[in-house]
Amino acid sequence: MAEQGLGGIAVRNLYKIFGADPAAYVDAVRNGLTKTELNDAHGHVLGLRDINLDIKSGCIQVIMGLSGSGKSTLIRHINRLIDPTAGEVLVDGVDVVKMNKDELRNFRRHQTAMVFQKFALLPHRSVLDNTVFGLEVQGIGRSKAIDVAMRWLERVGLKGFEHRYPNQLSGGMQQRVGLARALSNDAPVLLMDEAYSALDPLIRMDMQSVLLDIQNEIKKTIVFITHDLDEALRLGDQIAILRDGEVIQQGTSQDIVLRPADQYVANFVKEVNRGRVVQVEAIMAPLRSRTGGEQPTIPANVTIEEAIRALVSAPDGDVTVVDPSGKPVGTVSFRLLAGAMVNSREVEHRSFDAPAIVA
Amino acid sequence: MEWFYKFPHMDDDALRNLKKAIDEGFRAFTRAYGDTIESMFSPLQSFLLAADRFMTQTPWPIITAIILTIAWFASRSVKIVLSCLITLLLIGYFDMWTDTMRTVAMIFVCTVLSIAVGLPIGILMARSNGVKRVVNPILDVMQTMPSFVYLIPVVMLLGIGRVPGLIAVVIYAIPPMIRLTDLGIRLVDKDVLEAADAFGTSETQKLFKVQLPLALPTIMAGINQTIMMALAMVVVASMIGVQGLGQPVLKAIANQYFTLGMFNGLAIVGIAIIFDRVSQAYGKRLQKHREIVHG
Ligand SMILES: Nc1ncnc2c1ncn2[C@@H]1O[C@H](COP(=O)(O)OP(=O)(O)OP(=O)(O)O)[C@@H](O)[C@H]1O
Ligand SMILES: [Mg+2]
Repeated sequence: MAEQGLGGIAVRNLYKIFGADPAAYVDAVRNGLTKTELNDAHGHVLGLRDINLDIKSGCIQVIMGLSGSGKSTLIRHINRLIDPTAGEVLVDGVDVVKMNKDELRNFRRHQTAMVFQKFALLPHRSVLDNTVFGLEVQGIGRSKAIDVAMRWLERVGLKGFEHRYPNQLSGGMQQRVGLARALSNDAPVLLMDEAYSALDPLIRMDMQSVLLDIQNEIKKTIVFITHDLDEALRLGDQIAILRDGEVIQQGTSQDIVLRPADQYVANFVKEVNRGRVVQVEAIMAPLRSRTGGEQPTIPANVTIEEAIRALVSAPDGDVTVVDPSGKPVGTVSFRLLAGAMVNSREVEHRSFDAPAIVA
Repeated sequence: MEWFYKFPHMDDDALRNLKKAIDEGFRAFTRAYGDTIESMFSPLQSFLLAADRFMTQTPWPIITAIILTIAWFASRSVKIVLSCLITLLLIGYFDMWTDTMRTVAMIFVCTVLSIAVGLPIGILMARSNGVKRVVNPILDVMQTMPSFVYLIPVVMLLGIGRVPGLIAVVIYAIPPMIRLTDLGIRLVDKDVLEAADAFGTSETQKLFKVQLPLALPTIMAGINQTIMMALAMVVVASMIGVQGLGQPVLKAIANQYFTLGMFNGLAIVGIAIIFDRVSQAYGKRLQKHREIVHG
């Protein structure tokens, strides 16, 4: 098993310009040349502008953004499938950009695994032989590699398909082969470029659970690109939103939902199921002096949806919110929770007078 | 105004001297190194002799069985195996068996040699645009130069015989092998190459686990074309001593034996068709799982 205690990933002042002479335009871009200006005046494409990201070890970092916003470009910098025009990519404190060929090859073999947006399976190899590919490249014995690969194939629901060829499988199945291939590598860093985009909703949920299970057992550092906000919120410890090659907001899912940085992000989160994201803590009413000990309590870090489920069976009236040490920090009521779920702008406003209505 | 009607060419004497100088230079080179070069090719000579002996001295039913077995495993098609059998029986019945076997041995050795030389050159060409820029014009010359012309230096260097014939045939037949190896490797899907990179493959691993297997159908097409061109060249090569079906054809041309020429010509066509169908069917079988299909 690979060593998992990795020091996380840090991206520093990363710029990527596509074109014949990218280095010539970095300074201009640093000084504010826009993507359209760069393209119109100089025929170069601005891929990424001044990206700074800190991904803590053992966390799932989700990257979102519209098509063409630079997500794939960014994730490819982490294992240096693309060389940056300027900037650093530190994985476990080592700058990937400065690695020589051998170091880079070793880094890719043992520290990272990647799932590709376009699957990128080897068409001449069976499902099983695709899945063992990473282990084979590392030089691991065939029988051991097959054991590992079979386990992951079973976990992604492809048992019985191991001798098929990729072009005999549906898109979703091919994508799961790509997933099994990456997971078999058991690398501390997992790079997933729209790894679930071709899956149907049921399998998608199941694959999300696979990822969360892995995170419970062995903490990997995962970079996960998705277009699906609900998926982002379910998986992401941290979310970064990209637009035209720039990070316009990063933070926890709550930050993004409760305080979108601008209209672009607000549009992104408009349709989200808030009840699954926002925690009771963010919407509770202040404590009132008269709270008795006989009232039911609820932890501060449960989501609104979970709180409602708990309250359905509880007696009417207020519920005390307690912090992890058991200290009361506020109160919520059924009505307050329901209100918070349907409406965003009034959350702060309601949280003050709602107790009065209930009382 | 004379220059207008008659192209002003190099002075006659100067031209004659130039040609003479080149010829003499080459002759001197041949005298100095001819033997060394000839001995370099002696393993080739033994290989050719062994192949020739095997094909001509093994009893015909065994050879037929071997050819049919190969045809079956390559094509898995009863139709192709049956047409092989009929072609071979006809060739034998019209008393062209030994010559045909000589030609098959020759083609076999040529093909092996073309693969052994062409594959590495094709790989180098695919990896470096510099190599490609150098090799491409050479291949152009090899393919367009009339084949009789390069028989001359080969004969000067190595004399008349099987090995010079073999070399002439290989020079003529190798370009498609090199070109299609290069093309096949360059056509490999770059997404798949990127995935290989992402898993940390070394250059060698990438070549043998990804590029060559994916280029194989194209390379097979190259081998197929090389075989066809080699067959086309055997008649010409028989002018410098290659035995087989080419010699009766030459004799027929010299003496105007229409039927002799026709029969031997048809035998060449027959084995060409066998080689072609079998190697194409094999290529197609290789292709079966290889196309990338999404969805
Ligand atoms: N090799 C390249 N040469 C020129 N421009 C490129 C290159 N690769 C990417 N780009 C440009 O960079 C931008 C970001 O592309 P990228 O593939 O990262 O988008 P994305 O966010 O992954 O989109 P999607 O959701 O569609 O996958 C696009 O404008 C694209 O045209
Ligand atoms: Mg993408």
